[in-house]
Amino acid sequence: MDLLVAENITKTFAKHRALNKVSISVPENSIFGLLGPNGAGKTTLIRIINQITGPDSGKVYLGGEKLQPKHIEYIGYLPEERGLYKKMTVGEQSIYLARLKGLSKNDAKKQLRYWFEKYEIGAWWDKKVEELSKGMQQKIQFIITILHKPKLLIFDEPFSGFDPINTNLLKEEILNLRNEGATVIFSTHNMASVEEICDHIALINKSKKILDGKVSVIQDEYKTSTYEVEYDSNTTQLSEFLPANFEIIMKEELERGFRAKIKLPSDNFTNELLTAMMKNSRIKLFKEIIPSMNEIFIRRVTEN
Amino acid sequence: MNKIWLVIQREYLSRVQKKSFIIMTILGPVLMAALFIVPVYIATVSDETKVVGIVDESGFFVDAFESSDKLKFQEMHMDIDEAKSSYEKIGYNMVLYIPKPAYTYPSKIFIYSKSEPGMNVERKIRRSINDDLRTMRLKDAGVDDEVISAMKDGVDLTSIKLGENGSEEKRTGTLNFILGTVLSLAIYFFIFFYGTQVMRGVIEEKTSRIIEVIISSLKPFQLMMGKIIGLSMVGLTQFLLWVIITTSIITGAKFAFSDNLAEIEKYQMQKTGQVIDPSNQVEVNAQYDKTAEILDTVMSIDFPVIIGSFLFYFLFGYLLYGALFAAIGAAVDNDADTQQFILPVTIPLIISIMALQPITNNPDGPVAFWLSIIPLTSPISMMIRIPFGVPWWQIALSMSLLVGGFIFFTWVAGKIYRVGILMYGKKISYKELWKWLRY
Repeated sequence: MDLLVAENITKTFAKHRALNKVSISVPENSIFGLLGPNGAGKTTLIRIINQITGPDSGKVYLGGEKLQPKHIEYIGYLPEERGLYKKMTVGEQSIYLARLKGLSKNDAKKQLRYWFEKYEIGAWWDKKVEELSKGMQQKIQFIITILHKPKLLIFDEPFSGFDPINTNLLKEEILNLRNEGATVIFSTHNMASVEEICDHIALINKSKKILDGKVSVIQDEYKTSTYEVEYDSNTTQLSEFLPANFEIIMKEELERGFRAKIKLPSDNFTNELLTAMMKNSRIKLFKEIIPSMNEIFIRRVTEN
Repeated sequence: MNKIWLVIQREYLSRVQKKSFIIMTILGPVLMAALFIVPVYIATVSDETKVVGIVDESGFFVDAFESSDKLKFQEMHMDIDEAKSSYEKIGYNMVLYIPKPAYTYPSKIFIYSKSEPGMNVERKIRRSINDDLRTMRLKDAGVDDEVISAMKDGVDLTSIKLGENGSEEKRTGTLNFILGTVLSLAIYFFIFFYGTQVMRGVIEEKTSRIIEVIISSLKPFQLMMGKIIGLSMVGLTQFLLWVIITTSIITGAKFAFSDNLAEIEKYQMQKTGQVIDPSNQVEVNAQYDKTAEILDTVMSIDFPVIIGSFLFYFLFGYLLYGALFAAIGAAVDNDADTQQFILPVTIPLIISIMALQPITNNPDGPVAFWLSIIPLTSPISMMIRIPFGVPWWQIALSMSLLVGGFIFFTWVAGKIYRVGILMYGKKISYKELWKWLRY
């Protein structure tokens, strides 16, 4: 079932069209990557889901219901532009922000105690935010985002400005939350993280959605029947024993043996390739080349 | 509603606990009390006694001067040159020289001293001599003593306000003026000070980038109103504390200087425009009459109307401007960029303060009328007029226009605020703001 459905969202600012009939469906209990270059309209879409701005046309449904003010409590949002009150203490601030999300004072305290113990940061409670380092502030922001156990978590460029340790922590925690039943949308232009953790993606470019679906399905779609082989003798040239319709894209010498990338007319030719190779050399590695999301992203954006 | 309440609480508590608030709350009354007490103290306690030596060659004025605590007169039995060289040794502060007159009476007198004699002393001497001269000239002309003393009696002017239904009411001119000025100035400073605070608060939320986290939990309008209301409560708290602390300091000071109690009262009476010559016994009695009269006029002031309308204009004036200041805060990225927007917003405030004089001169004139009807100027201008008495329909019109203005400007400000808080790194022009209104 889809937790969040956005249908034909259009939003225009003065003369600039930020979103043009964009539709997305986020399956429940999945991690959904919202991809696109800067200025594509990702943040606008996220703001519409958070009811910070309204769409000019189009509809958003959360859990089958039309999006409405009470849904604010079901969503946890970590914006790209994020900060805290500098002069307020960590504790007071966390309680305040949690209560704004609808938690009672006691529940907020209980939850905060749990997370502060988990991350061993109890000593920060009475410190003012301006006394904390940026990394520390990011941890607090993250805790505040997930404190009210939202069904839907939205992270806008979550890794920008995070140090590697916090990035890892965040990734693990996002996967944890998904395993515990939460649905996560996260917007980024950092493709490496997409393959690692996203189940589904939508690619937005110039205010239009140009691609969406399950990550594995998309990658299958963009496969080119190219295979990588590593073998260890070079008595004869590859081109001499491979059929003419097998295209050698690349060949290089390794410290021990060789590596080549070969494009086949279709995936049905893998056994033929292997048979031909086996006759002439010892095969050490054989694998299908799956295009990275980065390649797909760049291809689609430049094509567009 | 619940969320606005949370915002109000945060704004209130975080500001009331600030050091600057505590310092201002204590310092304000101390300064205000000092404004009352210090001049009195200087005028009564620290003034040393001055002794004036008199060399009167005319022989008319030796007995003309009555010595008081602060100013003593002593005849010097020597000629002026000797007096000039020896007055300090004897312990006098100055020499008053009345030369032998060319005709009957002298027309020129001189004061010789090293240090400044002071305006009060000069005025007192001039007045005594002139009084005596007038009396002597009248006597020479054969006017009766009784007539001469009767001439000193003046009239007492009482201005009566005629009501529509023929009722009569004593006008309280000076007191009205003071009341109107003080109350309208209070509104002016409150709007300015706390309006700027609203603006700063918005800028702080923008620059610390917390704004988007917050408005994913509540509507921008709720945040804006929560901030404005929270700050108004901070302001009211401060105002109330000021009144309490100032009153207790002044009361305390009155006890501490109880010797000078009479002097303080006298001084305050002079401040309210009733100049009394303390050397004259008859006028001391008159002073008590005046006190009774002031009490009388104080009692005749319509306090419920004044206090009620003060609170109304105080609150709605602030709410209206608070919204505008919030919009300014949302439109800019830092304090430095606020100038171009602050000026037009504060012009109506400044106009109403500049109109203070014209309005008090003619509380029912066209300037007073229009300024006290237009919502942007009415909080201050109407407050100046209220103690003088304003027709009910005008108050009703002005108040409903102010509420209407408040709703309108809050709506406008809300639109600008909503867009502005999420705008970064862009210098905003008026054209841009106009666009935001139509988003």
